[in-house]
Amino acid sequence: MESITSLLSIALGAILVNNFVLSQFLGICPFMGVSKKVETALGMGMAVTFVMGVASAVNWPINEFLNAKGLDFMQTVTFILVIASLVQFVEMFLQKAMPSLYEALGVYLPLITTNCAVLGVTLQNAQKSYNFGESLTYGITGGLGFLLAIVLFASVRERMEFAKCPKCFEGFPIALVAASLISLAFMGFSGLKVW
Amino acid sequence: MNVKKQFMDGLITQNAALVQLLGMCPLLAITTSLFNGLGMGVAVIIILTCSNVVISALRKIIPNKVRIACYIVVIAGFVTMVDLLLKGFVPALSASLGLFIPLIVVNCVILGRAEGFSSKNGIGASALDGIFQGFGYMVALVIMSVVREFLGAGTFGGGLLNDGKGIQILPSGTEALGMILPVGGFLTLGVVIAVVQYFMNKPKKNKEVAK
Repeated sequence: MESITSLLSIALGAILVNNFVLSQFLGICPFMGVSKKVETALGMGMAVTFVMGVASAVNWPINEFLNAKGLDFMQTVTFILVIASLVQFVEMFLQKAMPSLYEALGVYLPLITTNCAVLGVTLQNAQKSYNFGESLTYGITGGLGFLLAIVLFASVRERMEFAKCPKCFEGFPIALVAASLISLAFMGFSGLKVW
Repeated sequence: MNVKKQFMDGLITQNAALVQLLGMCPLLAITTSLFNGLGMGVAVIIILTCSNVVISALRKIIPNKVRIACYIVVIAGFVTMVDLLLKGFVPALSASLGLFIPLIVVNCVILGRAEGFSSKNGIGASALDGIFQGFGYMVALVIMSVVREFLGAGTFGGGLLNDGKGIQILPSGTEALGMILPVGGFLTLGVVIAVVQYFMNKPKKNKEVAK
């Protein structure tokens, strides 16, 4: 039985201290691509959180199986296939059950497959040999960290639309500079611990 | 086949990282020393060329509906091979790149070329495209790592020259540690892309004035 404290420290680490986007550089593509409006950023963040949670849960028994058979070199190939089919399932499910959310997410939904945060979280679970509860916690809270980062960044970017900046910095470069400032702010969380 | 145009596309006009803005994650994460940047670049060139060739060879067999899944399996296969080879022959690189080697699977540069080029073109052209695009990506990685290493650690060629310590350029104590941290990654990439945009837009303006 894992203690609540260890789960809490995993959660705190994944959301703030080792934020997936801002300190581990996982999931930068959707972070830059889908952060022009707060609403779409929120939808993307929630979809990613969901997929990361489910992927961690599903990949845990698969990893155990691979380890038991001595096939751990197949991790990358297996995990990415599981994630790709999982995203396909989520897509079909949302299309039937929640058409409005499906419409809102649009093309970004299939793109979750190539979000390195999802593959990253399952590979890290395997590397750190987390048990089931820890893997699930790490997956969900890692997704929440992504959600927090992308929503914060989207609100900064919405304001930046109207700000003046040098011509060559317009668009992408200035967004990267803003991301660097947010990442600087998140550095303040390093050293935070649950006792 | 227009080899020269392909070369220019890969290196400059359609540079995967700096113009198409693909494959950001490794570009930001591992470019802390020249050794890391070069190693990642070479790994990407190898994987991109191999997967381009295989996907181009299979392009008439793969059904359209499941093509993305097929591409990913091909790419994941090559990534696993490179991962194991690096672990066996260059363990230092494998240790410092860590998680980002298996994550090449989801690097948009490779999937982007599979979808955009090798699924429509012949084997020879796809192989060249893989080499040139990979080379362009490596150039971006190297630029990023040279700048960040110089400002952040005050050295050049860390992990590669001078017994892995790199050549000290800035006097010690003057380096800005932040440039090696995530903050510096975002900042450097922003400035590098701004410089590229500046030079890409310049010739156009001159032509407009001439008209």
